[in-house]
Amino acid sequence: MTASGDSFRRSRDVTFGNLHSFHGGLKLPGHREITANRPICNAGIPPLLSIPLQQHIGDPAECLVRPGDTVYKGQIIARAPGAFSVPVHASSSGTVIAVEERLVPHPSCIKEKCIVIETDGLDRVADEQPVAIDYLQTEPEKICELVQQAGIVGMGGAGFPTRIKLCNRKQHIELLLINAVECEPYISCDNRLMQERAAEVIEGVRIMRHGIQPDACIIAIEDNMHAAEQALRTALEAASETGITIIRVPEIYPSGGERQLIRILTGREVPGKGFPADMGIVCQNVGTATAVYHAVAKRQPLISRIVTVTGEGIVQPQNFECLLGTPVSHLVAAAGGYTSGIERLLIGGPMMGYAVPSDNIPVIKTTNCVLAVSREEMPAPPPAQPCIRCGKCTDVCPADLLPQQLYWYARSNNYDAAQDYNLFDCIECGCCAYVCPSHIPLVQYYRHAKTEIWTQEAQKKAADIARKRHESRLARLERIKQQRADRMARKKQALSGDNGSKDAKKMAIQAALDRVKQKKEQASSTPKNIDNLTAEQQRMIAEADERRRNRQPGSDN
Amino acid sequence: MLIALITFGLLALVIGLVLGYAAIRFRVESDPIVDQIDKLLPQTQCGQCTYPGCRPYAEAIAADEADINQCPPGGESTIQALADLLGKDPKPLNPEHGEHSEKTVVVIDEQVCIGCTLCIQACPVDAILGAAKQMHTVITSECTGCDLCIPPCPVECIHVVPVKTTARNWIWPKPDAIAAEVDTA
Repeated sequence: MTASGDSFRRSRDVTFGNLHSFHGGLKLPGHREITANRPICNAGIPPLLSIPLQQHIGDPAECLVRPGDTVYKGQIIARAPGAFSVPVHASSSGTVIAVEERLVPHPSCIKEKCIVIETDGLDRVADEQPVAIDYLQTEPEKICELVQQAGIVGMGGAGFPTRIKLCNRKQHIELLLINAVECEPYISCDNRLMQERAAEVIEGVRIMRHGIQPDACIIAIEDNMHAAEQALRTALEAASETGITIIRVPEIYPSGGERQLIRILTGREVPGKGFPADMGIVCQNVGTATAVYHAVAKRQPLISRIVTVTGEGIVQPQNFECLLGTPVSHLVAAAGGYTSGIERLLIGGPMMGYAVPSDNIPVIKTTNCVLAVSREEMPAPPPAQPCIRCGKCTDVCPADLLPQQLYWYARSNNYDAAQDYNLFDCIECGCCAYVCPSHIPLVQYYRHAKTEIWTQEAQKKAADIARKRHESRLARLERIKQQRADRMARKKQALSGDNGSKDAKKMAIQAALDRVKQKKEQASSTPKNIDNLTAEQQRMIAEADERRRNRQPGSDN
Repeated sequence: MLIALITFGLLALVIGLVLGYAAIRFRVESDPIVDQIDKLLPQTQCGQCTYPGCRPYAEAIAADEADINQCPPGGESTIQALADLLGKDPKPLNPEHGEHSEKTVVVIDEQVCIGCTLCIQACPVDAILGAAKQMHTVITSECTGCDLCIPPCPVECIHVVPVKTTARNWIWPKPDAIAAEVDTA
């Protein structure tokens, strides 16, 4: 009774909007009105699409096409090698011209394997299109399968395969939380999506609800997105859907973070090493909901997304619907090109995004924003000064960490201590670095420490495997040596000179002689191919026999 | 007096028996300190420390026959870890044994390989695949970069290449702490 009563109270608590708050956070200037009031524009089909094999967290997909292959729109061009991966589809029809390493949107500026498609501009689809289905009549398992086949990952930024979140059958899900809190400045792609395609969002949410069967379902939206909220409410009414509640969340960065949003709505904290699913909560982005709608109701894979192209470095900032693999340069050109004031190009928002050296990179499933900033808008940070231990970073940390301590330990390579201070609970929101009066690039220290720890752990794992392989090799060599020694010992014993073994020797000789004799008998037995001989053959055999008989007396001499 | 002697004698006997039994019953097969040292070593099995593999080196360190600064693949971090474990002072890597470098792996130029199997016999972790007069290849994910296969190769078809940086093993650069260093100076 207690468990269900508790969960009921909790889900009722959240549906009636008793909001809580999380520690820290910042009120940031939005800069969203530039793009939020302009309609989504279709970016069209670029001449070249470069589609990376890895656009998500997990294992990269395995390429299924070769240069020269013709591909259709929506065709699977790379398959998922395991459960922790998703397939990749061709965004438009055309010819594969290369499968090679190209620049991808990643802070490292390294090249990763991409499938490059020269588009034919026809957007041809395969002849056999899957039939649209009525999702309400579909098994939840079937929905999971369709979501996986469509290659859907979390489109809010992290790119976690959606199927894993959607199809966790171990835990009863109390709350399906749809994250429409687009808290980072400049970004408005989810906002526009809700304003223009609210019905698709709602249908997507209903499909996910059917797949998960949660006790409650909430769409959390920022309290300044009036138009989007109105559109969603209208769509809810039109669908006469009463099971989905819309809740306004105060505009504090980073209230759109999964853990922060759960904290705001339920007052509960997701354990550091745990997942929201452990607490019976599944959190999905609105963009993901739309993708699920297309995957299940229309049987279309994830091949496009909405990207905000903005900043003072862009002539006409706008949201674009673009095919995955579209070069950022194509999007920028569609937005009127760069202004003369452009200073830097970022992928993602100003807080969590990263600078990229070139616009010759493709849009991938997790790209929500292309931000071209001017010098005045986002000046290069002044050189870092020593930490004065003011504690401002601790005040704003939404994960309730001690950024100062983490900074000391990350800087001095004391990674064990950094982990003791819960480095891995850091969501890299950038609040601490934003308020730091000494302009210390705190987040970069944390990112360095995290990746360094991962590398060390991977090395340790590799060392363990190497040790095991070395030990089993030594054991094998030892075994072979032992076997050889045993064989030699047996042989030696057989050859040594006592009586018993002399008999054995004689017996061995006898056995060998017997074998020879047997072979001879077999050889002298009549051949099997002398039946049904022709007269000619018979005559030749007789002649040969004659010759042999004549020669024998001679050879005796 | 006599009672005391007998009591203590018996006590000594009982305790002796218990200890003797425990020594057999709970005997530790190997020296645990060797295992601990072995865990810290990079398991390259390259032999640059002059011992035939990481475990023999660990045994030598445990027996105080070898110094802790003889492992070039491990570098500074391994020396530091060993020093912490053994309560010794860390010292710089002994240049006699080589220099620390980034991890590498080997690749076989399959056009040139004659299939002599000499490298297979040299590989300490069985990371080379092939058979007599058949082309050989390196299982890159298992290669420790010990370079032991290079000297035996009669046609010099084995090359050292750095481990490829991908999005998965890339490390965020550490910000340079120029101004921040001022406070410690």
